[in-house]
Amino acid sequence: MAAAQALSSARRHFRSLELVLGLLLAGGMGLAVLFSGFLFPDGGESMDLMARLIPPFESLAHPLGTDPLGRDVLARVIVGGKISLTVGIFSVLGAMTLGTLIGLIAGYYRGFTEVLLMRFADIQLALPFILVAIMFLAILGTGIDKVIFFMIVAQWVQYARLVRGSVLALREREFILSARAIGVGNVRIIFTHVLPNVLGPIVILMTLQVANNILLESSLTFLGLGVDPLIPSWGGMLADGRTYLQTAWWVSVFPGLAIMFTVLGLNLLGDWLRDLLDPTGQTSR
Amino acid sequence: MYFAGPVPLQERGWMSDTANRQSQALLSVRSLSVEFGTGSGAFKAVKEVSFDVQPGKTLAVVGESGSGKSVTSLAIMRLTDYTGGRITNGQVLFRPDGGEAIDLVKASDNKLREIRGNDIAMIFQEPMTSLNPVFTIGNQISETLILHQGLTGRDARLRAKELLQKVRLPDADKLLDRYPHQLSGGMRQRVMIAMALACNPKLLIADEPTTALDVTIQAQILNIIRDLQQEMGTAVIFITHDMGVVAEMADDVVVMWKGEKVEQAPVRDIFSAPQHPYTRALLSAVPRLGSLTGQPLPKRTPVMVMDGGVAKPVGGTHEQNTADYTKPILEVEKLTTRFDVGKTFFGRVTHRVHAVEEVSFDIYPGETLALVGESGSGKSTIGRTLQQLVEPTGGTVRFDGRDMAAMSHGDRRRLRQEIQYIFQDPFASLDPRHTVGYSIAEPIIVHGLINDRKARERRVHELLEQVGLQPQHAKRYPHEFSGGQRQRICIARALASNPKLVIADESVSALDVSIQAQIVNLLMELQEKRRLSYLFITHDMAVVEKISHRVAVMYLGQIVELGSRQAIFENPQHSYTRKLLSAVPIADPQRERAKMRIEGEIPSPVRPVGQEPAIHRMREVEPGHWVAIETDQLRGAA
Repeated sequence: MAAAQALSSARRHFRSLELVLGLLLAGGMGLAVLFSGFLFPDGGESMDLMARLIPPFESLAHPLGTDPLGRDVLARVIVGGKISLTVGIFSVLGAMTLGTLIGLIAGYYRGFTEVLLMRFADIQLALPFILVAIMFLAILGTGIDKVIFFMIVAQWVQYARLVRGSVLALREREFILSARAIGVGNVRIIFTHVLPNVLGPIVILMTLQVANNILLESSLTFLGLGVDPLIPSWGGMLADGRTYLQTAWWVSVFPGLAIMFTVLGLNLLGDWLRDLLDPTGQTSR
Repeated sequence: MYFAGPVPLQERGWMSDTANRQSQALLSVRSLSVEFGTGSGAFKAVKEVSFDVQPGKTLAVVGESGSGKSVTSLAIMRLTDYTGGRITNGQVLFRPDGGEAIDLVKASDNKLREIRGNDIAMIFQEPMTSLNPVFTIGNQISETLILHQGLTGRDARLRAKELLQKVRLPDADKLLDRYPHQLSGGMRQRVMIAMALACNPKLLIADEPTTALDVTIQAQILNIIRDLQQEMGTAVIFITHDMGVVAEMADDVVVMWKGEKVEQAPVRDIFSAPQHPYTRALLSAVPRLGSLTGQPLPKRTPVMVMDGGVAKPVGGTHEQNTADYTKPILEVEKLTTRFDVGKTFFGRVTHRVHAVEEVSFDIYPGETLALVGESGSGKSTIGRTLQQLVEPTGGTVRFDGRDMAAMSHGDRRRLRQEIQYIFQDPFASLDPRHTVGYSIAEPIIVHGLINDRKARERRVHELLEQVGLQPQHAKRYPHEFSGGQRQRICIARALASNPKLVIADESVSALDVSIQAQIVNLLMELQEKRRLSYLFITHDMAVVEKISHRVAVMYLGQIVELGSRQAIFENPQHSYTRKLLSAVPIADPQRERAKMRIEGEIPSPVRPVGQEPAIHRMREVEPGHWVAIETDQLRGAA
């Protein structure tokens, strides 16, 4: 008993470490981005052609250096987080909600509903992504809301397939049958018994998708399908800095680090959330 | 005596002349300790266990879950190395040729590989998972032969065929090219035995080899192991929790409890004069077929429960006179349930599982009706149909006089309040993500029985106390409880909506015997307090005898015999009932061992569309005792 208690308290400690680190990284980035207008009233737009490509840690005015147009990298990284984080987080939340709902319905009710939804998902997966993006955004026009909307429409399929697979295994489990035997209705079974048990993999997929979508936004912007290319974003800065990688690494490395730390923070928070949702603590090993 | 004719008891004794025997022992385990985990989290699974295995003899290692019996067997082969365990102390001395002893604890990996499968072979509990699904049976048996005996592919195949014939598998030639999934559980276990015996091992370790099998199949497998042992002179370590199997198989018995050996004696002495309190408690909990002979009603009897280091009796003797035979609460008439399997490309059904065929029975208030049968008999399907988890194909079910088919949607939902279901596996039937308190409150919430939060909480606490748990357990999660406690939680959950009928589907089968006896007593006590009716679905005849008022025996979807408990057990009429009764291992080593020889598999209930099974006609042999008239087809099968 004592051994088990020691083990569980050690684990709880580790979990809280994950929480603290995760909050520090992702939360810190979020706060900085939230107050970017206050910190950098110019929006990272002001150019100083006399101060082009200053290396980092050399000037107090530009602690992370400047880019080829003499813009402050630190300001642009913080301001750029606005677009990147908004797109990354909201597209993932939207796609997760839609996909999970569809996956739950398809996996739980089976039959014709499942065939219809899953074949539709298959068709969507078979279409080339960029082609659809061009068509879609050409019709809707560009802008951050359209980009998010497009990503939700394009990515719900992954969540739907993942959730449906888990539900298929879960619905045969005895505790679901036992809930039905007691007289619990379908909707209640889905939300109180099925959903909590499939949340683990969903949370993991979400944290991975955030990084993916931050980069995706820059690809779309590069193609002229995304946000106004003049507004800074992490993905966009990465792409712009690529040509200077050999001479001025800091232009692309700092936005890259911003993505990395944010995603790492979100991953840690995701792990923490998953363990919080699982009282047995089995998935942590 | 079943091996080499009568041997005087003294000669078989462990205590006599120990030093001399030790030198001849095939395997001597000396103060073996096994630990899992490290540092402060280390868990001692086996503590200082010693025993000897004599050549050609059977040593049974008995214990309940967590006793360390399986870990001990794995440690002998050093397989604990692969499951995260460490042997911290002791020796395992193995003398393959009666000469020089090898200490397996210190032996090199190469030496161990040479011994495993060759000198010492093992059979596991789950024949479903211990065969590789992508290789044919022939390939898998040949593998061992090629590896250890250096046979060529062709010779190995010939020898594999011989081995399959030895374990009495018909059509050995064809079987060699089959894949594991094409075989039944009993056939797979025979293949496992054939593989284990491929190299004429000196020692066979069988870890619960028949636990997952039906009783009639179990009886066959036990016979095969016994016969082959006699023929080949193999020593056997038989690990089991079933005292009946021990009585049938063992020469000597080691009883394990909480990782320690608490007793060791020849099999007769264990049963006739158990020394350690735990052994006594274990034996008192074992349901014995025939223990209620001559008594019309089922009976609660006290159970010995270990409290600290002593066994204390719990509960009293009480006759279960609860049934009221004026008006049935449930009437089932010609109930039929079939499932479609196998469809053509265009969706036309080609085969159906005839799970239940025209089954009729009644259950009266306060009565326990046992539904007995082996896998595929349709007993669980009946329970699930009554609970509306499965749609019936035909027939009528009346509950409290109302026809279920004519009920409105709301009425049918309410029926789920009055009929409750307890599942077999208490580990699987509770949602791991909710507290136990929530799980118990759920039926109250969904049926809107108590809407006040505080009152609901009080009710949950009350229910927990009724099943022998504490109110503060409500806040915990299922994984924090043992199997027996979880089954108590499931019972509390089933009682939460004040049902009139409880369907218990193999509800005590997965539990250790001492826990099983307590749960059976709890069910009977609750029946008396609340006038509950039970439909008790099980394959275990000994438990049936203890708990039921009436018994229905099922075979291939139909009832073949229905009558009072006394009639079924003391005057069985149908040949299948008799076969089932004779297959049950009896926890009494004094009894004649080789009884009725049972052969044959249980036929499949899957039939092509259009081929309906013949419906048995029943005749009443004495009031209330109905027996199916046996046709040649059935007699041939049974």
